Amino acid sequence: MLLQVDGLRKTFGPRLAVDGVGFSVDVGEIVGLLGPNGAGKTTTMRMIAGYLEPDEGVVKVFNIDVARERRRAQERLGYLPEGAPLYGEMTPWTFLRFVAETRGMAREAARHAVRRAAQDARLGDSIDRPIETLSKGYKRRVGLAAALLHDPMLLILDEPTDGLDPNQRHAVRDLIRRLGEERGLIISTHSLEEVEAVCTRAIVIDQGRIVADKAPAALRDEHGTLERAFQALTRGEERQ
Amino acid sequence: MNKKRPGLASMLAIYRRELLSYLTTPTAYVFVAVFLFAIALFTFQVGGFFEQRRADLAPFFAFHPWIFMVFLPAVAMRLWAEETRSGAVELLLTLPAPTWSLVLGKFLAAWTVALVSLLLTFPLWITVNVLGSPDNAAIFTAYLGSALMAGAYLAIGSAMSAITPAQIVAFVLAVLVAFLLTALGLPLVLDFFSGIIGGGVGEAIARFSILHHFDAAQRGVVEFRSVFYFVSLIAMCLGFTALAVDARRGG
Repeated sequence: MLLQVDGLRKTFGPRLAVDGVGFSVDVGEIVGLLGPNGAGKTTTMRMIAGYLEPDEGVVKVFNIDVARERRRAQERLGYLPEGAPLYGEMTPWTFLRFVAETRGMAREAARHAVRRAAQDARLGDSIDRPIETLSKGYKRRVGLAAALLHDPMLLILDEPTDGLDPNQRHAVRDLIRRLGEERGLIISTHSLEEVEAVCTRAIVIDQGRIVADKAPAALRDEHGTLERAFQALTRGEERQ
Repeated sequence: MNKKRPGLASMLAIYRRELLSYLTTPTAYVFVAVFLFAIALFTFQVGGFFEQRRADLAPFFAFHPWIFMVFLPAVAMRLWAEETRSGAVELLLTLPAPTWSLVLGKFLAAWTVALVSLLLTFPLWITVNVLGSPDNAAIFTAYLGSALMAGAYLAIGSAMSAITPAQIVAFVLAVLVAFLLTALGLPLVLDFFSGIIGGGVGEAIARFSILHHFDAAQRGVVEFRSVFYFVSLIAMCLGFTALAVDARRGG
């Protein structure tokens, strides 16, 4: 098992953001985290990636407890934060070198890893241009390349196609499909079309709880369309 | 995977990135230029460098605490506040790097900018050697003291930068803390405390002052307790920075 999440709970002051979330991810699975804004998707991903500590519950990456051995777990996963924050004054090449070296890779290993990740993320000629001059799609690819640098078996991608044009979205989805063949992936998205296009499993989160964990086809069969499934499962948010 | 010592490698990577960031934006150049202008202005106009008719750098070093107090929080204000504002802190904290390596790497880059500024004042040292025969060992000691003191002001700036996403708030807080720690050594402040709570307590308070500990260094004397004071102050502020950065994990 690549990832095991049990009874995850997180509060921010009086607000309960994640309430008893639990699921697992294995090789070959592309899990889509679906839910309205503020449902707890990003908080869940941040806890898996070791950015936030859960109030309760356990996250195990390759059976390593993230809370107890955070850095060992982080060595084994790749994470694309929401909005893919980067350093605009750097080029993708210097940025990826920086990430590789911060990960502790030696010079030659870092150079090799950057070349491979840049190729996987299809960075092309943009590798030597300042990041701040790149389009949103390319910036997202740079973020993806950074998550892929150490060739992790588990990838956590928070809204990897958000704000991209249809061509860019298509390219990133192709990449996700390719990556998912040999790895485990979790992607969060608002796009139901994306879940149908790339995910092997959909986890719907509403108000911090998992309200469905099924194959997209099973959800569609139950409710007619994924959109209806989404509406039926997350109505609580609407009522508030 | 071919790996170096993880903490050290992360620290060096952060150090290089931060230094590159200072050098590829106008920030560092503006800071260095403003520092050199301010130090020249104070040394020659206020300190009366030529009027004192002595071949030493006392009027130069005397203003260091006051100029550093404003200049160095401006250098340090972006260290963590900017990472928080841009969201890049999430990227850093999800890399398998120990928090101390991130804090130390950033601090050392800022310290490098301060040390380069200090090094660029070398024409003054040459000038006093042309004008007379100064005690160069004492001047060297004063430079070392000034470098350590700069580290302390930067560490205060780093700590304040870690508690807010707004650079300007980090700057104001750092100047405030730096001013308090500096002004504790002023005779005016000492007299005030001595008058209220007695001379002994006043002197004890002065021992926590940056001015008090820089005093011996600017006269060319190496005092272990002052070195210990500055190193401890740096360690304490960087420790606080690490705690503040790690506290984000709690949400």
